[in-house]
Amino acid sequence: MEKRELTCINCPMGCQLTVEMEGNEVLSVSGNTCPRGDIYARKEVVNPTRIVTSTVRIIGGDKERCSVKTANDIPKGKIFEIMKDIDAAVAHAPVKIGDVLVKNAAGTGVDVIATRNIHQI
Amino acid sequence: MKQYDIVIIGGGPAGLAAAVAAKKAGNDNILILERDHELGGILNQCIHNGFGLHTFKEELTGPEYAYRFIEQVYELGIEYKLNTMVMDISADKVVTAMNREDGMFQIPAKAVILAMGCRERPRGALNIPGYRPAGIFSAGTAQRLVNIEGYMPGREVVILGSGDIGLIMARRMTLEGAKVKVVAELMPYSGGLKRNIVQCLDDYGIPLKLSHTVVDIEGRNHVSAVTIAEVGPDRRPIPGTEERYTCDTLLLSCGLIPENELSRSAGIDMSNITSGPIVNESLETSIPGIFACGNVLHVHDLVDYVSEEASRAGENAVKYINAGCKAHEGSNDIQLVATSGARYTVPSTIDPENMDKLLTVRFRVGDVYKNCYVNVYFNDERIMHNKKRIMAPGEMEQIILQKKKIEEYPDLKTITIKIEKD
Repeated sequence: MEKRELTCINCPMGCQLTVEMEGNEVLSVSGNTCPRGDIYARKEVVNPTRIVTSTVRIIGGDKERCSVKTANDIPKGKIFEIMKDIDAAVAHAPVKIGDVLVKNAAGTGVDVIATRNIHQI
Repeated sequence: MKQYDIVIIGGGPAGLAAAVAAKKAGNDNILILERDHELGGILNQCIHNGFGLHTFKEELTGPEYAYRFIEQVYELGIEYKLNTMVMDISADKVVTAMNREDGMFQIPAKAVILAMGCRERPRGALNIPGYRPAGIFSAGTAQRLVNIEGYMPGREVVILGSGDIGLIMARRMTLEGAKVKVVAELMPYSGGLKRNIVQCLDDYGIPLKLSHTVVDIEGRNHVSAVTIAEVGPDRRPIPGTEERYTCDTLLLSCGLIPENELSRSAGIDMSNITSGPIVNESLETSIPGIFACGNVLHVHDLVDYVSEEASRAGENAVKYINAGCKAHEGSNDIQLVATSGARYTVPSTIDPENMDKLLTVRFRVGDVYKNCYVNVYFNDERIMHNKKRIMAPGEMEQIILQKKKIEEYPDLKTITIKIEKD
């Protein structure tokens, strides 16, 4: 049996959660004061995901950088691989919110999309 | 210069929402003055997500949230001037501003909405000893450099203060290849959201040292090391607890201060606690026809609340103009008092005649409170008794007052908010 310690992120209480696991199966969650803590802990230990936000270099635009995000949650372990793809990317203006600037980032199947408009100059 | 009914100072989230609401309330003669080269304010550099859950029921990044409002400003044909600095607002609502196209100009307005936002507490206000080398930035300045300009301020970073901007920048610098060595927080609790502590620090193994502060900065030309020490309950450093970190960058995330030079020079009454104007139920300041909203009024935790508050300021400015720009009479005003743990309220006074059916009163607490009650007293009678599992200084609290209830108390002079054990 494996024990994992987590801090719940749902409210300022920040309950210290203890999750008991057998392989990939959650046996118990303790330390939470409300059901939201239980739900959070079960997802976080088995399949933690994050949205990654960064910027992509722009050529020929009215801005040097365009802010971007992954179109969906990606596995937490892939964050730095995705950052490598984002840092290597270059986009040409104009760019519109929602444009795909990196396709299938780090093989996750998730695209990186623009979160602002860039005008051409 | 063209005449305008409503001049809005600032084109960030507050100014945009105020403009959109005023236009929708029927006024067609609105001007937004913005000193930056684009609308959107600080949201443009807040590229992380988590904005808009209340307003749009989805998680947006800062630029996306701003664009939802900018788009409306375009579609509604609301006028705005960029690269324009407001120099003065007079007590009779003449706005003096300047830019490269128009030079210096004056606009006599019927109503003015203050939406200038806030700025970060700088090093000079923190009394940190040590040299004054390059490499010390406020967290927001670093955020602008990284996210807008595309420059990295440094490679090895120490952060003082655990406000949300500091936490967000700890992650941002880490993602771009910097090593964030420690986040030191003077208080025994963090001013940032739990979610940010977990997802910006814990995710990347960055230590958060509570009850710690910077006691020395080394480096003649550029920062070379920072020493932090533990502080006692009196917030003074405890000798012998010093730890030295070699680094090339120190980021400061030590609080936000409403930017009220214009309000003060106009002669508006200010609150010592929020550093923002004192306002009534209509978000009107002590000068009739000048309204305030967003972080210039009091520093908010969520932009959704800024948008909501600013919309009300916009609507109230239109109401004021439609009613013939009459000064508020004020003899029936009810005073709002925050005490026993509650630090302030916005608004400070309520004229029951001018209030909507429901009025949201926002406040903050001065300490971390667990299993306490927010008690609301009409004169001496307790009329609200809300249990709270936790309240913290970093989060805004609110109560909602009903006009119907207030009208049941014709002799009501004060409404008091207290944080109590029962």
